[in-house]
Amino acid sequence: MAKQKNVLPGFNLSLGYTLLYLSLIVLIPLSAAFIKTTELSFNEFWAVVTAPRVLASYKLTFGASLLAALINAVFGLLTAWVLVRYRFPGKKIIDALVDLPFALPTAVAGIALTAVYAGNGWIGSWLEPHGIKVAFTPLGVIIALTFIGLPFVVRTVQPVLEDLEAETEEAAASLGANRWQTFTKIIFPAIWPALLTGFALAFARAIGEYGSVIFIAGNVPFVSEITPLIIITKLEQYEYASATAVAVVMLVISFLLLFAINGLQWWSNRHVSAVR
Amino acid sequence: MSSAPISQHSSYHKKVARSRATSEPIWIRWLLIGITLMFLSLFLLVPLAAVFTEALRKGFDTYITALSDPDALSSIKLTLIAAAIAVPLNLVFGVAAAWAIAKFEFRGKSILITLIDLPFAVSPVIAGLIYVLIFGMQGWVGSTLIDHDLKVIFAIPGIVLATVFVTFPFVARELIPLMQAQGKDEEEAGLVLGASGWQILWRITLPNVKWGLLYGVILTNARAMGEFGAVSVVSGHIRGMTNTMPLHVEILYNEYNYAAAFAVASLLALLALVTLALKSFIEWNVERNAQQHEQSFN
Repeated sequence: MAKQKNVLPGFNLSLGYTLLYLSLIVLIPLSAAFIKTTELSFNEFWAVVTAPRVLASYKLTFGASLLAALINAVFGLLTAWVLVRYRFPGKKIIDALVDLPFALPTAVAGIALTAVYAGNGWIGSWLEPHGIKVAFTPLGVIIALTFIGLPFVVRTVQPVLEDLEAETEEAAASLGANRWQTFTKIIFPAIWPALLTGFALAFARAIGEYGSVIFIAGNVPFVSEITPLIIITKLEQYEYASATAVAVVMLVISFLLLFAINGLQWWSNRHVSAVR
Repeated sequence: MSSAPISQHSSYHKKVARSRATSEPIWIRWLLIGITLMFLSLFLLVPLAAVFTEALRKGFDTYITALSDPDALSSIKLTLIAAAIAVPLNLVFGVAAAWAIAKFEFRGKSILITLIDLPFAVSPVIAGLIYVLIFGMQGWVGSTLIDHDLKVIFAIPGIVLATVFVTFPFVARELIPLMQAQGKDEEEAGLVLGASGWQILWRITLPNVKWGLLYGVILTNARAMGEFGAVSVVSGHIRGMTNTMPLHVEILYNEYNYAAAFAVASLLALLALVTLALKSFIEWNVERNAQQHEQSFN
């Protein structure tokens, strides 16, 4: 596109307001977290963020988030596939309900999942005789994180599946490929970047999650205590600097993930147009 | 990060009649549908049904009593106030950001778009924490606030700020791709015909993106009314004063007052269902408009 003078008005006003509002609400407050940690020496900072109880919380938070994102990758792909390719009664409602975890407040999700998966709940009472305890264990954390990450994979894979050209599949079939070969060799490579993006989004959302987890987790230190709860506990004891130190570790990881996701989305878009 | 842009479902089935070579045997189809429905029931339908069952377990009278409790009413009021401030603020920001980003070229644009997304990447707990660091007793401006007898943390302004932060990107994220796709020909035509900048915005740009705008507002509102972690950090949980509905749910639940906790939760679940219904309605409209548009060209 040739560079030409833009005649529309309002550039300075809109960009100026955008930058001002962004700075006041997001950038300056976030920088406060980084500045606050400078009150600690590096050794103090390191001692706080590698304390055994904090390390145990990272392990739970990242481990459970990873497992939840993997569950969502598998079932999210399946859900997207079924919603795009097949017809069945109630499909429209199911499609709309997939976004429930976006719309339902996390605290409501938390108490609802706890009620369902507790020992006397609808599903919990059925699992417990088989020796499977969900509520108040790390398994409960995984269930809650699976719930809140559920829409991401479905909603990233769905549009890509919809846009796939049927002709390539017909060509594969006419060349003698069976359905499974067509899926693994033709369809899966096309949706792979979108699947990975959805997985990363679900994972990123899960590591920061608080509301839906604390009710079902039981919050036992070293066992079912997530990192965001560590921050809250430290805050309630007025240990602002050490709460912020843990927060900074999480912020840095979240920012790295955000950049990775942006890269993935860029790759995914290019990939889709290249496949076409 | 937690919003998907409005999708225009290109209906796959209408394009090609699926032949046997490009579809699966019927038993596989129903097996996959069955597994999907089972998964979604376990994770979505059963918990949703549990909210309403638990809320009505002790009868309709208990339900009404729980909702008309003064503390419950004040939590509803505070939730509405927070949303009523946060939604317009982020709506104005979203329009301004989308105008600058979609209609103009400038350096650092992609960095700006990433920065707008930041609040989605931040844990809600940290979103609350950063405002405590600034406005709390030990915070940057804490002593100034005390001198002037102002309270932000453990008060309504803190709750509003935390809500604004967590809902910051929704409208902007909906509008930016939409306004980029629409280009600026119509706006330029308006300018040539003598319209002022504000007239262009009100009469051309905003009507063109009205569904995306509405969609962004609905998502912002749902998150604003439901936010828990960020608000929990800054609220101080003062009953009848700084409790929003989600926080009130937590307090009732921790007091083992399950019927009342689920009663308030059921209102929030209804809000979620209304949000989903509106979202489907908007998508249906966008799809219909797109089809009409297509037909008028054929």
